[in-house]
Amino acid sequence: MRQLVIALLLVLLGGSFNAACAGEAQPLAENPATEKRLIAISTELRCLVCQNESLAGSHAELANDLRREIRTLIDAGKSDDEIMEFMVSRYGDFVRYRPPLKGTTLLLWFGPGVLFVLGFAALLRYLRRRDRAITDSPLSAAEHLQAEALLHDNDSRQGRS
Amino acid sequence: MNRFLWPLVGFIVLVVLLGVGLTLNPRDVPSPLVGKPAPAFSLPRLHAPEEQFSPRDMLGKVWLLNVWASWCVSCRQEHPLLVELAKRHSAPLVGLNYKEVRGDAAIDIDKVAPDSEKGMVIERAGAWLSAHGDPYTLSVLDIDGRVGIDYGVYGVPETYVIDKAGIIRMKHTGPITPDALSSTILPLIAELSK
Repeated sequence: MRQLVIALLLVLLGGSFNAACAGEAQPLAENPATEKRLIAISTELRCLVCQNESLAGSHAELANDLRREIRTLIDAGKSDDEIMEFMVSRYGDFVRYRPPLKGTTLLLWFGPGVLFVLGFAALLRYLRRRDRAITDSPLSAAEHLQAEALLHDNDSRQGRS
Repeated sequence: MNRFLWPLVGFIVLVVLLGVGLTLNPRDVPSPLVGKPAPAFSLPRLHAPEEQFSPRDMLGKVWLLNVWASWCVSCRQEHPLLVELAKRHSAPLVGLNYKEVRGDAAIDIDKVAPDSEKGMVIERAGAWLSAHGDPYTLSVLDIDGRVGIDYGVYGVPETYVIDKAGIIRMKHTGPITPDALSSTILPLIAELSK
């Protein structure tokens, strides 16, 4: 996770360096504190264009716009919660990689746990039942002798009598 | 028999769930704006750039807001349907021209002089409407896409149905299909217009 953040930071800084070389006025990494918060916030957000990428890692046009918007909000002194609210009010809970716990997300949060418990219970039930199905039937004296004879026979054939 | 019954039931349930999953569209993200007032904006009009349009101007009318751009391939796909829709005069159709110049992947916005962008937007958007037909009551220019962000635009084209009180009643992401138009959008307009 930490390496990822560092890598992202490098990518962003690299981008700003290139931009600076090309003589452009992009305010990337102008303020390290802003950039740090931007990365922290945008790794929590989903890019709506490439839905499996975070807003921090996406190169989509919209992701650029949204990062710019978040940067503006940070510079305007908004708190992280207010910025989250800004995004959620426009794009819905779907933009958050960690959606809030509420009625519609209960299944999302607890579904896997419930499935696990159900599966585990089913497994236990199955194993117990199987245990009961195996009836303990000890060998009779004749069978015992027969088994011993077979084992002995086997041993002697392998030359280890 | 019983040994195989439950695994079979589990398998069928899984198949049904996966089958339903296949029919869902992951791009169709429910908009939190449905049921909320349409975000306010004031943007220049395409055919009268010195005049501004604001959603407030439409209070008392049921209207459609359609997000489009000339670089948007799916917009071309839905365009004939919009032209058809305009002929019915069921509701005013306002076009939100979204990032006409800087949204075009073929243009490097850093090479465009800031004061020439608006002129380019008007020229390109105007030319596209002349070529493909103009279904819009009017179009407005969202040059930098800020209004698009307020409307939660993430994939052009998008269409919003807004009621007489200025509340967004529906959002359709992606090109409007004939089916969506006749089964959802038109009935909704008719109902809201009552």
